[in-house]
Amino acid sequence: MKNQGFALEVKDLTKVFGQLVAVDHVSFQVNQGEFFGFLGPNGAGKTTTIRMLTGIIRKNSGEAVVMGYPAGSIRAKQLSGVMPELSNAYLDLTAWGNLMLVRELYRMPANQAKERAVSLLQQLGLHERKDSLVSTYSMGMRKRLVLCMTILSNPQVLFLDEPTSGLDVQSVRFMRALLRNLKQEGKTIFLTTHNMDEAAEMCERVAIINHGKIVALDSPDKLSITAGRVYLVDVSFDKSVSLETLANLPGVNRLETAQAIEASDRLRAQQAMAGAGKPGGMGGGPGRTQPQMTVGSLAGTAQPGSPGEQRLVMAAGKIPGAEIVEEKKSDNRFRLYTDNTTLLVCSLVDFSRAHSLQMNILNVRPPSLEDAFVRLTEEKSHAK
Amino acid sequence: MQSSFGVLDQIIRSFAIVKKDMKIYYSKGQVILMGVLWPGFMFLSFAFGRQMPVETLMPGLIAVSIFFTCSAISPIVFPIESQARTLERLVSCPVSVWTILLGDMLASALTGLIISLIPILLSLVVGVTFVHPWVMLAGVLLSSLCFSAMALIFSFPATSSPAPIQMLSTLVKFPLMFISGIFIPLSQLPSAAKALSLISPLTYFTDLARYAVGGTSYYPALINLLVIIGFTVVFWIVAVSLHNRTLPTRV
Repeated sequence: MKNQGFALEVKDLTKVFGQLVAVDHVSFQVNQGEFFGFLGPNGAGKTTTIRMLTGIIRKNSGEAVVMGYPAGSIRAKQLSGVMPELSNAYLDLTAWGNLMLVRELYRMPANQAKERAVSLLQQLGLHERKDSLVSTYSMGMRKRLVLCMTILSNPQVLFLDEPTSGLDVQSVRFMRALLRNLKQEGKTIFLTTHNMDEAAEMCERVAIINHGKIVALDSPDKLSITAGRVYLVDVSFDKSVSLETLANLPGVNRLETAQAIEASDRLRAQQAMAGAGKPGGMGGGPGRTQPQMTVGSLAGTAQPGSPGEQRLVMAAGKIPGAEIVEEKKSDNRFRLYTDNTTLLVCSLVDFSRAHSLQMNILNVRPPSLEDAFVRLTEEKSHAK
Repeated sequence: MQSSFGVLDQIIRSFAIVKKDMKIYYSKGQVILMGVLWPGFMFLSFAFGRQMPVETLMPGLIAVSIFFTCSAISPIVFPIESQARTLERLVSCPVSVWTILLGDMLASALTGLIISLIPILLSLVVGVTFVHPWVMLAGVLLSSLCFSAMALIFSFPATSSPAPIQMLSTLVKFPLMFISGIFIPLSQLPSAAKALSLISPLTYFTDLARYAVGGTSYYPALINLLVIIGFTVVFWIVAVSLHNRTLPTRV
């Protein structure tokens, strides 16, 4: 393969562990200076791919080139920085000791490296603790230190394996701001994350891997629209409305009530904070973004037959493929799902006029990357 | 940033691993215990009562001390780092597998050199004179490297637990101590034991150390030195080859 402005070129990359094909003839290219997301459910092959690209493990077949050099070669490693999901700093060394070890391993000029190390430690809020043993650091501090170690050598390509998972909100924001700065400096960033909002916000293109194969590769917006398909329409009325009537409006695929929306939003917020997909974290597998499921799992009060709850189970029978939605209690705020926004908005306007209602909110949101991710990974899982 | 990526470049990078190992693993009291006190007491328990002259006794103590120091820590560095995921950090840096091994070996050898000063000084205190001090120096240098290279082989199994590695290391080291002419000079060993002693690198350093102290040895000093170099090269090649094979499965 020839490097034509690509930071990464991967062709038919394959890794087999015993009987398991962890990465199955994966091919993609990443442009220099691009922020590239590599998404997939747990066990999809993300980390294995990163480990092959960074020379930590060997491929079984295929080709991988980093900045024009074979992945895993000394030259490719010199131009790369790797931040694994779990901290791999030396606990028995100080932060400064760890950074100076990296300096020597990369053969950086001492003065330049020390200046950069001080600057990075200050930026990441670790300078005051630079002489403390890493074993005394919190998880967030260790993660920040590992990022420091990763970017100290000023690598051209950064491989970041879930850099924000397990961090608090402030650290996540800080980490994202730092990554944006690195992108502005022209670095190529290869990011794996379970946080779809993060990927949609940060990445120019994303690849979705499932069962070791790339199932989609495009910009988050395009993927959301082409693969997510379903639009979200938030609507609120000034008076109570019949849920059944609303669910039967032309264009409604599915409907959620205020409680389900809150539960869904709460889930998203928790995902953003905790880093989704890990044991003990929220979500992680296909289906975690299904709002009607979150009503049951988060609110805990919408389970069928639970006492004291007003429940309404509706069939949105008018539209083929419409799903059953569980309801906790009536409210004037709804989230409607549609694949035909024009039809639905017209229906809502007609509905409001016919019932003398005023729409306080009418918000159309395109499908999210998360919707696309769930659809793509579910489709492939079912196909399998 | 340096642009060279040759052998010299990798050797220079290995010094970073030497420094790291010295700070993390070899600056601890455990090294003194494993390298001096434990082999020292064990040696004395076997040697006392045999009415060995100090010229025979002290070279044996020096040999045991270097042997145990150089082979005590380096075998467990790989499993420890594998468990702590720091090995993954090293592997992702622009260094080869042999660079990491070289760093570990040099750190171990350097510690062996430093620790060897203790029995050497003790020898001087008890009245031993080194008639060939340069031979002793060359022997200590080369055997430190040799024993450290041998210790690297012990750590090749892809485990992240130090216990099985330590067991393997002990299984090899102890028999070697008894067949290497430390407690019984080579000339007095039965012929079967003498034949076995040929496979132990410790045999040649012990013999060399006796030459450096008393001026006489079973094998010529040059042969001893060459055999130690030969063992070092073979151990190094075997260690690199085995680790190249197992490293991808342990990170």
